[in-house]
Amino acid sequence: MQTKWWSGGKSPFNVEYGKLMMWYFLMSDAFTFGAFLISYGTIRFSQNYWPDPNVVFNSFPFAGHANLPLAFVSLMTFILIVSSVTMVLAVHAGHKNDKQGVIKWMIWTIIGGFAFLGCQAWEWTHLITGDHAVLIKGQIEHIGTTVTMNPWGPAADVASHDGHHVGTTGPVAFGGYFFGITGFHGFHVFSGVIINIVMLVMAINGTFERKGHYMMIEKAGLYWHFVDLVWVFVFLCFYLI
Amino acid sequence: MEHSATSEITFHHEPGGDEFVKKIIKTTVLLSVITLIELGLGLLMYAYPMSDVLKLFIKGVIVILSLAKAFYIVGIFMHLGDEIKNLIMTIIVPLMLFIWFIAAFLLDGNSWKNLRNSRGKSVTPVEQHSPAAEGKH
Repeated sequence: MQTKWWSGGKSPFNVEYGKLMMWYFLMSDAFTFGAFLISYGTIRFSQNYWPDPNVVFNSFPFAGHANLPLAFVSLMTFILIVSSVTMVLAVHAGHKNDKQGVIKWMIWTIIGGFAFLGCQAWEWTHLITGDHAVLIKGQIEHIGTTVTMNPWGPAADVASHDGHHVGTTGPVAFGGYFFGITGFHGFHVFSGVIINIVMLVMAINGTFERKGHYMMIEKAGLYWHFVDLVWVFVFLCFYLI
Repeated sequence: MEHSATSEITFHHEPGGDEFVKKIIKTTVLLSVITLIELGLGLLMYAYPMSDVLKLFIKGVIVILSLAKAFYIVGIFMHLGDEIKNLIMTIIVPLMLFIWFIAAFLLDGNSWKNLRNSRGKSVTPVEQHSPAAEGKH
């Protein structure tokens, strides 16, 4: 093996430099996300009480006050998985030098990316502007979920207010971790969508056709799959376990 | 088959056409099924009362299912499974650090909770003021 691959004139591991470097960048990013998620786990398991995700994340767009735990986030997961599949198909079309195929599948991938971002924007808006009665210093206040405060503490020992239960403020760390980690992930989705748009434009302009290969699409694909993969674990840590 | 990006890359390992698309569809279905199972288990824990031990076991199963999803996304969608063995290892071996990372820090968090609880002070959840209180009372 040694003489075959390392005797010069050949690319190490038989891959293009850019692709190998993309893999190693993704590894570093995996450790970054991993550190964030694991620190979230540490803090969460250090607390006696933590908000129940089924209570916090039970809404669905246009469904009013219906209690639908896990429904919306499942839709988001499905959207991202499907956009990953369309990305695989785009890369595959690139291997066959099928320009129209690349264009078609990249468009679908970009649509999927925007759909996910739209969903995440709705989720954030819904949480931030949410109106929940909580007991703070003896007064009933109405608050949403922010980085500094959230209404997801255990129920307060007072009679219901306007027909709604009165809660207490929940662990402060909840907001920071939720918005911080989903925001960091969302930023990756957004940058991924931008990269995909650039790839699409380059494909349409015939840049890859002229080069004779679609390697760049493949590298963008690796980044996009990574984004999907991180979501699998964000979804796992915040919503499922 | 594509032209080499450079002359230094000697072969490409992807099967052509329909066989490949079939593999992708199979993998997509598998990922979707695994996701549905995870969701089912999650909803089960929500809908039915169960002991802490059973909940922990189900959470463990869900984590393993997610790891399976990761394996398929990385191995098939990202084609890592088709690369040279040593390349695969340069990526997978460092990531094994996560096993220690996760275990160590979750055990740490748990121990922190136990230490705080065993001090005898009341640890009923109280209204928290921002910023969160430090670990030591």
